[in-house]
Amino acid sequence: MKIGKQTLKLESTPKILETSAAVGPKESDGPLGIYFDIKCSDVFYGEKTFEKAESKYMKAAIDNLLYKLNLQNDNIDYIFAGDLLNQCIASGYCIRDLNIPFFGLYGACSTFVESIILSSLFINAGYGTKVIASASSHFCSAERQFRMPLEHGNQKPPTAQSTVTGCGAALLVPHTFEKKVPVVTYVTPGKIVDMGIKDMNNMGAAMAPAAFDTIITHLKDTERKPEYYDAIITGDLGVEGTDILIDLCKDYGVDISKVHRDCGKEIYDLTKRDMNAGGSGCACMASVFSGYFYQELKEKRLNRVLIVATGALMSPISIGQGESIPSIAHAAAIENEV
Amino acid sequence: MENDKIKMTVKEYSEYVESKSAKSPIIKNIFLAFISGGLICVIGQIITNLCINYGIESKDAIIISTISLIFLGAFLTAVNLYSKIGKYAGAGSVVPITGFSNSIVAPAIEYKSEGFVLGLGANMFKIAGPVLVYGILTSVIVGFVYWLMLLVR
Amino acid sequence: MIIEYLKVFITGGIICSIGQILIDKTKLTPARILVIFVTLGVIFTAIGVYKPLVDYGKAGATVPISGFGYALANGVIEEVKDKGFIGIFTGGVKATSAGIAAAIAFGYLAALFAKPKIK
Repeated sequence: MKIGKQTLKLESTPKILETSAAVGPKESDGPLGIYFDIKCSDVFYGEKTFEKAESKYMKAAIDNLLYKLNLQNDNIDYIFAGDLLNQCIASGYCIRDLNIPFFGLYGACSTFVESIILSSLFINAGYGTKVIASASSHFCSAERQFRMPLEHGNQKPPTAQSTVTGCGAALLVPHTFEKKVPVVTYVTPGKIVDMGIKDMNNMGAAMAPAAFDTIITHLKDTERKPEYYDAIITGDLGVEGTDILIDLCKDYGVDISKVHRDCGKEIYDLTKRDMNAGGSGCACMASVFSGYFYQELKEKRLNRVLIVATGALMSPISIGQGESIPSIAHAAAIENEV
Repeated sequence: MENDKIKMTVKEYSEYVESKSAKSPIIKNIFLAFISGGLICVIGQIITNLCINYGIESKDAIIISTISLIFLGAFLTAVNLYSKIGKYAGAGSVVPITGFSNSIVAPAIEYKSEGFVLGLGANMFKIAGPVLVYGILTSVIVGFVYWLMLLVR
Repeated sequence: MIIEYLKVFITGGIICSIGQILIDKTKLTPARILVIFVTLGVIFTAIGVYKPLVDYGKAGATVPISGFGYALANGVIEEVKDKGFIGIFTGGVKATSAGIAAAIAFGYLAALFAKPKIK
């Protein structure tokens, strides 16, 4: 049911039955390393190209998800997934081998929450009983597509972010499942916000206004205060983006500084060189939520979280043509039942 | 393009972002660029001088030194060292001829996966191509102007 | 000898520092920096400003990509002197042919053996 301006209340509160995360070497070495299910120290994952490697990271995460629940591919009704590559080839080639009906999504780095939203709506409407939401990204394939060749010797400005290598996957089921697990209560799909930022090396600044818009709309629509949540988790705003988001909220009279956390800031040790402003990419929210925050929810260290993944919807072509970066943020409230 | 909840215009927002974002450590960067760029040039001079010592004409010596530096840039790129140096050296490793070499080898390595003709071959000059285009174009203009001057004289 | 190398070091260092200032202050990408340097190299040589720099700093002025512009401009001017009109089109590339051919040859060879790696 739609409440307020753009939020949907999920009456039947779909459950997130299980999650699974696969990550690359830099992420495994990061502060959250111990939480990820699959850690692969080879960015190629034994494949010939980075694009194939990215597909394999996704395959590993999904296979592991099914293995954890002792399920087969044909038990799954639908899968919602996406990535950053042109025509979403990482997801496409991964799911080619899975034999599951597939919806390919592109929401840039917001894709994971977009998948969660659509999967939970499917479950809520009774169109399926087991739906997977997933998203992947890969540092090397993303650098190739959006920036410079890897071997090119260039410096990155401190506002630049580093794409997370990996994938996260979650299985959503109807409320009738016995197991006591976190549920999705409200979802707020975002609007596109563009404040005219053109610098590809400052995505945090481009995406923060979108996160701000969605968070404020969500809080208004649900008549909740930021303190209602144990954590408001953004995907990949990084250091600058986080500061800007908190500032924007303050200007609007809402203080989220006490509950706000950012996956991009937490996934890497930012004191190390080259980490600059933190992680980004679809896999940033996907792997950190699936690996870390879901565990925290399950073990009741957190009980109510709002996940807000932000995406920058530009392409190298639009940047070349001098366009600014349109951004979007999708939010989903995930809570433990009392 | 403005947002109804944000009390800033696009221009104000970009100024605000500018004030907020971390700046590159420019003094340190210039220092490192100076040292590394200077060193690469010194290596070039050493090679030139060696050639001259062996009785090679100075014009050819400079060509040999250029070729050697291009080889060095290509080699360091192939063993994954040039990008590591570049992180510290910045313009110090971009501006010298070794950086030109690096900008040719880097896409060549990367696009090999799309085949030898349309991958490696077509993308080799992805970054360095403009250098040739604008360098040669300007030289043609200079040549033309010089030719006109000779005519008039 | 030492003085000579010091001059090379300082000249090369200063040219690269200018590039660094452009990168940090203007958000120009490395590809654009290279284009600016090579174009300015050609123009400065043509108007006679770059030659004194090469005389002073030697490799310090010829190794940076602006030196590539210096070679292009010198080549085209010499060739126009010798051959007239045709020289406009042959001079520049002729003078820099070694560099271009070497870059293609070594680049190709390097690409054959190397594998992309994460930084």
